[in-house]
Amino acid sequence: MIEARRLCKHFGAVSAVEDLSFSARDGAITGLLGPNGAGKSTCLRMVYGVLTPDAGSACVDGIDIAGETSAARTRLGILPHAAGLYGNLTARENIAYFGRLHGVAAGLVRARTDELAAALGMEDFIDRRTKGFSQGQRLKTALARALVHGPRNLVLDEPTNGLDVMAIRALREMLLRLKAQGQCILLSSHVLQEVAVLCDRVVIIGHGRVLADDTPGALRARSSASTLEQAFLEVLGEEAGVR
Amino acid sequence: MRAVWIVFCKEFLENLRDRRTLFSALLFGPLFGPILFGAIVSRMLEQNSLESDQALHLTISGGEQVPGLVQFLTGQGVILKRVGYSESGARAAVQSGVTPVIVLVPAEYAERFTQGKPAPLLLIADSSDSQARKDTERTRALLGAYGSRIAQLRLTIRGVDPLVAQPVAVNEVDVATPTGRAVVILGFMTYFVLFAVLMGGLYLAIDTTAGERERGSLEALLSLPVARASIVGGKILATSAYMCISLSITLSAFVCVLRFVPLERLGMSANLGPGTALEFFGICLPFVPLGAALMSFVASFARSYREAQTYLTTVLLVPTLPIAFASIYSLKTKSSLMVIPSLSQHLLMTSVLKEQPPAAIDVWVSAGTSLVLAALFTALTARLWRRDTMLV
Repeated sequence: MIEARRLCKHFGAVSAVEDLSFSARDGAITGLLGPNGAGKSTCLRMVYGVLTPDAGSACVDGIDIAGETSAARTRLGILPHAAGLYGNLTARENIAYFGRLHGVAAGLVRARTDELAAALGMEDFIDRRTKGFSQGQRLKTALARALVHGPRNLVLDEPTNGLDVMAIRALREMLLRLKAQGQCILLSSHVLQEVAVLCDRVVIIGHGRVLADDTPGALRARSSASTLEQAFLEVLGEEAGVR
Repeated sequence: MRAVWIVFCKEFLENLRDRRTLFSALLFGPLFGPILFGAIVSRMLEQNSLESDQALHLTISGGEQVPGLVQFLTGQGVILKRVGYSESGARAAVQSGVTPVIVLVPAEYAERFTQGKPAPLLLIADSSDSQARKDTERTRALLGAYGSRIAQLRLTIRGVDPLVAQPVAVNEVDVATPTGRAVVILGFMTYFVLFAVLMGGLYLAIDTTAGERERGSLEALLSLPVARASIVGGKILATSAYMCISLSITLSAFVCVLRFVPLERLGMSANLGPGTALEFFGICLPFVPLGAALMSFVASFARSYREAQTYLTTVLLVPTLPIAFASIYSLKTKSSLMVIPSLSQHLLMTSVLKEQPPAAIDVWVSAGTSLVLAALFTALTARLWRRDTMLV
């Protein structure tokens, strides 16, 4: 369970996020949807505590990220927008580094890595150095790295960026499996189709505010539109009209 | 502490696998100094010993007027080349480099000489040419010696004891030990040592900070439940480890190279055996974490590898400044100077080379200030890493 309460963040005179609240339930995939520059990444960064909000707070399983950062982060798996790997380490070593820093014992890290490698289909390249990995292989490694400590909550910032169809499909399957296990998944995207297929709940963000927060079906029903794309444009259009 | 160790191990291993970086940090950096140093010193020594053995070649114009001088010079082993130049012709010959030094005997020489008045001689040379300068000095000394011989003869003829004209007899006593003389030459070796120390950690300092940013792994790392100070601490420790390796290599190389440099030929001995090398290691050890922390701090400001490299080339020059000042003002070891890192290490190493063991207090002050500054820069780096702007 991830909750954002009235988050605000300014960079100089620019307001990136303004009074943003939403919650992501366990056993569900919640999508933050918005155009580029809407404040999705800033919002997620405040949720996992690498940016300090000017006002408001974020909680993971009821634990305040600002107050008890370590306890909250232990419950979080994070796949940032830039999920770079260490090229001179093997995929296994990349995963183990994060697992060990999460405080997981070496033996357990090894066992979990094997489990994740099997689940994500990484056996072929798990012991190869990550320099020269394809986008799909990189994503799988980064995802395993985010899951190695067995978090109950997973945050992904634009996870499908730059992926081919096969990799997107593998990611989608993995996320659905985690959801079935009762995990809370929060992802951001600017790709509508992806959100429509995957998410149980969609939070539409524009100019750092929540413009709509509903199920994909309800969003379609709420407007006269028959597709989510039209609903999305309408919601953004309303906002533009207000301004 | 556990996290510091995990970060240390990972950074150490990752760097170990980067062949190119390793080559530069552990071969080029530490070996460049000793080899260049050995080559320069050998060349200097060869040149020096050659010159004093060689006969002086001198061009003299108007030599027929001064048979006495010509006889004296030839007697001193000077090889004379006799020419007939006018004054302007002689100037032109020196300027164009045809001949380095010309002694020109003007027409009025003979007349003034017989009258017992100072007889003029022109010594024409180009002082901007270092080879010609040495020849000029030797010529001047010979002409001086000829002059005083004539003076003595004149006094004797007039019935005066020539010693009257020598009221003071100066005897120089040089107390420099053979190793002391070598220190002048070995002095700039300390710079190579400190340079190698920094080079050993340069790439890792960049890779663990700006490199982490450039490859996009920083955000994931910073969102771990680990104190930023532990991450920074582990990285600086890994950088320090490579700097220690580089220091060991460069000192070993100096010990080897100095065996082949013929310092004894100039009556010098290079007091750099394995024991001294160990002392050097101890003296430089506190400088290692300081260099690592300083480089990591500076590189943390950079957005990219390239930017960090630009910043750090400046940092590489920092240890030269105090050493340059020390040579310009020929500073001696003083306790007050021990608070300046790099300078204090330079002075301590120089003392050890001179076989003058430094005072214990100086060693402690040097190590203490370097370590305090290392802690300060580590803390500043950790503070920098806690800021939001690390990711923006």
